[in-house]
Amino acid sequence: MTSTDTGFLGRLNWDAFPVTGLIQNPSANEIVANAAAAIVVVGVVAVVGILTWFRLWGPLWRDWLTSADHKKIGIMYIVFAIVMLARGVLEGVVMRAQQAAGPGDGFLEPDHFAELFSTHGTIMIFFVAVPFVFGVANYLVPLMIGARDVAFPVMNQIGLGLTVSSGMMLMVSLVVGEFSTGGWTAYPPYTGAAFNPGVGPDYWIWAIVVSGIGTTLTGINFAVTIYKLRAPGMKFMRLPMYCWTIICSSILIVFAMPPLGVAALLLAADRYLDFHFFTNDLGGNMMNYANLFWLFGHPEVYLLVLPAYGIYSEVFATFSAKRLYGYNSLVIATMSIAIMSFTVWLHHFFTMGQSALINAVFGIATMLIAIPTGVKVYDWMATLWRGRIRFTVPMLYGLAFLMLFVVGGLSGVILANPTVDYQVHNTLFLVAHFHNVLLPGVLFGLLAAYNYWFPKAFGFRLNEFWGRVSVFCWTVGFLLTFMPLYFVGLMGMPRRSFSWEDPSFHPYMITAVIGALVITCGLFSILIQLWVSIRDRDQTRSPVGDPWDARTLEWSIPSPPPPYNFAIIPKVTDRDDFAAAKERGAAYPTPDAYEDIEMPRNTGIGFVLCVSSGIWMFALVWWIWWLAALMTVLMILAFIIWSFDTSTEVIIPAEEVRKDHEAWLALVRSAPPVDRDHESAPENLGLARPDMEVVS
Amino acid sequence: MKRAPSHSYPGINLGEGHASAHKASEVVTFGFWVFLMSDLVYFGLMFAIYITMIDAQVGGPGPHELFDLKSIFAQTLILLTSSLTVGLAMLALKYNLPRARIVLWFGVTLVLGLSFLVLEIRDFINMAELGGMPQRSGFLSAYYGLVPLHGLHVAAGCIWLIVLGLQLRIMGMTDLVISRVVRLALFWHFLDLIWIGIITIVYFGGLAYG
Amino acid sequence: MDRRTDMHRRERRRYVIGYGGSLLLTFVVFGIAYQFGIETPGVYMTIGLLGLAQLVVQLVYFLHIDRRRSSREDLDLILFSTLVLLIIIGGTIWVLGNLAMRMHMHVM
Repeated sequence: MTSTDTGFLGRLNWDAFPVTGLIQNPSANEIVANAAAAIVVVGVVAVVGILTWFRLWGPLWRDWLTSADHKKIGIMYIVFAIVMLARGVLEGVVMRAQQAAGPGDGFLEPDHFAELFSTHGTIMIFFVAVPFVFGVANYLVPLMIGARDVAFPVMNQIGLGLTVSSGMMLMVSLVVGEFSTGGWTAYPPYTGAAFNPGVGPDYWIWAIVVSGIGTTLTGINFAVTIYKLRAPGMKFMRLPMYCWTIICSSILIVFAMPPLGVAALLLAADRYLDFHFFTNDLGGNMMNYANLFWLFGHPEVYLLVLPAYGIYSEVFATFSAKRLYGYNSLVIATMSIAIMSFTVWLHHFFTMGQSALINAVFGIATMLIAIPTGVKVYDWMATLWRGRIRFTVPMLYGLAFLMLFVVGGLSGVILANPTVDYQVHNTLFLVAHFHNVLLPGVLFGLLAAYNYWFPKAFGFRLNEFWGRVSVFCWTVGFLLTFMPLYFVGLMGMPRRSFSWEDPSFHPYMITAVIGALVITCGLFSILIQLWVSIRDRDQTRSPVGDPWDARTLEWSIPSPPPPYNFAIIPKVTDRDDFAAAKERGAAYPTPDAYEDIEMPRNTGIGFVLCVSSGIWMFALVWWIWWLAALMTVLMILAFIIWSFDTSTEVIIPAEEVRKDHEAWLALVRSAPPVDRDHESAPENLGLARPDMEVVS
Repeated sequence: MKRAPSHSYPGINLGEGHASAHKASEVVTFGFWVFLMSDLVYFGLMFAIYITMIDAQVGGPGPHELFDLKSIFAQTLILLTSSLTVGLAMLALKYNLPRARIVLWFGVTLVLGLSFLVLEIRDFINMAELGGMPQRSGFLSAYYGLVPLHGLHVAAGCIWLIVLGLQLRIMGMTDLVISRVVRLALFWHFLDLIWIGIITIVYFGGLAYG
Repeated sequence: MDRRTDMHRRERRRYVIGYGGSLLLTFVVFGIAYQFGIETPGVYMTIGLLGLAQLVVQLVYFLHIDRRRSSREDLDLILFSTLVLLIIIGGTIWVLGNLAMRMHMHVM
């Protein structure tokens, strides 16, 4: 069958559904596949059922799906990321279980195992880390720089829509057809049409292309927001450290997403139109793909980890009750990492066959990145030094990060040496290394952010006990799962192998699966923590907005913040402006006058593009050409029609702003000031007694 | 000679008394610049791929058989002229010239853009007749990955031009529409810059080294 | 109103100068290629340099990029983008060119 002679539904038929496989050939492998599909189907049915039963469709549409409010978009990003995180973690557990089964043993078929590591990687990078990072950024950046929204609120919504629709493609691939078996990097020629004519790589391609567009829009948005919308007086060197990391991360997105788009689209041209970019024959060069992919791939890891650095910077400063140590050096280090991240991509394919000189150049460039990173680690330690440290949940995540991330970073320096890399290339040593930087680096940072800023977003604090349980489980689970992989990697076990023969691997594999189960407990304790916190929310309310005696602008407004964020745009005079105001006793000023506030009106364009791009991708994957064409036209038309809409703003009258703001100010005046020893007590309504400032 | 007052973007200063509109428009235009730079990376990578694949002709037709410099010359002149006319259209809008002048420059730009596309497609058809299809070799794949990408951008620009023409008619000369015309002009000039890269690297470079 | 007409004239003149310059460069480039043949040594180098000149002319006269304060941030953006592009394009050509040489690729 070629791509031109297909019927009304393209190449879609009954064989695409996993249940067909179960009937024809019942086995453990098919049962796992069907269970996964069933979870997706049951999940969708349950969500639809709950929404219908509680009549939530209207509020969902009005308050969330059509909202252009950066805070709501941020929360939707994070919810999406956590759903995908659950799937990614479970896939990891299944893989660990398969490898723990003993030499030559296991319950999965090779292709199924390959699908698992491909979806696990794709999901964790593109649909957990990226949306989580930009969900947090969405929520925080305008609040931190004293703005009422991002520069392009509608584009923000569209970015979310495209990310979600492409994430849904991965869910759909569980139920209809199969996903790619080519790993998250999808190297051709294996993923080319000659070796892999099925739908798997096509799911991967379109999910990557569309989410890449969404991420690029987000990156442009945040670069411009921080560049142009800072409150008066917020000079660049007064920006909170977190905003610095987001601006660097956004710049990385703007320049690093195109290589990924090019790589995926050219692979699509090879697969769909018989081009010869990466094929084995007629002049194709597969190493062009590796080169393109890592031109993206390396900056990508920094665009994920830099925001986590920013989060840790805020967390360490707040919970040490000190100013961040070495602000200038941290800014310079962040910028250097951002630029240097474009100069090291070749270390992902040292073994390609280029000259030793090139390997040496890129090896040295890679090692150089350890310098600014080291500067950061010392700055954080110096921030803790003689601080009044409180071991809250975000702080515990931060401390776990500080110790474990250094190990991961050092194993990266080992890998940066091309001669060493030749030995451990494509082994589990590499897998251990990047999990060691991505879990303690990125994920712990995001979980710290979740615990730290949750009271800002929802007006009540998260449960401390279950938070601590989750820190414990994630840290111990991480150590048990990934430290053994360093050892088996050095012993020569290749990554991505669904089975192995050397019995000396077995104890390590058993340890790793136990670790994976502990990580699963960590995931569940996060969910339990959320449930317990919602149940006990009356004991942890902090509506005044500053439960941690924190330093930056977002804590100077109510929790949760009003739609317009700031009743009066603040005038910034200091780096930690809110902390300085508290010290002077000038926090919570009563404004002289209020004014009307213009906010972006709700719009459905993001939702329309989300649905239509989803159908578009599905149609392309299954060669349903008429539907793909229809959706292309629909998307262009929707965008054009939207551009004719001129009433994009709503006015919130000054009187309403005054009423809300004065009610909150009255609450501020009546709330009891709480010192740091009673931070987690019910009387902490979010008014901090600023008596803990340590002279440093 | 006294320096002209600040007008960082062609036509962006919407005049006195439009301070907030001016600021909003500046933010949007800066954002558009960032987008263009991201797009530039797309093109830059396609150029890099073309350069790495220039030898990958594997016995198929190469630049000397396929490239028609006369047609390229005509396309260059057309695109260059359209860059001037789109600028003049924007100036006409900015300085409130009569509607007829605006429509004239819009129309001329559109006609030039479309004739560029016609010539380009004619080139592709001629190349295909000589066996120059993207399926033939890595070199031709790289060529067809880059040049039609630019053509697609020009086509998108033409659609944008038509939509903006309609909006001028329906919505009038509002700040929003003017700021969109500014961005269209930026986009169009940007495509002209890419085209210079294409003639220098794809066509002349192909002929020199292919 | 007078000042506006004056400004209009000045901006229009800018466009026309840019157009004239670009046109001239285009004619010279194609003229050289036609006259000397593209494979003559030094010709491609000249064409490349003239192409760069053309880029500068258009950036200055059409896109109004110069060192004035108001267009400074665009200039910074363009320069940074150029840096990144040089790294990734130069790097790609270096790495893959080296690979092609060592693998004896495309030798028919």
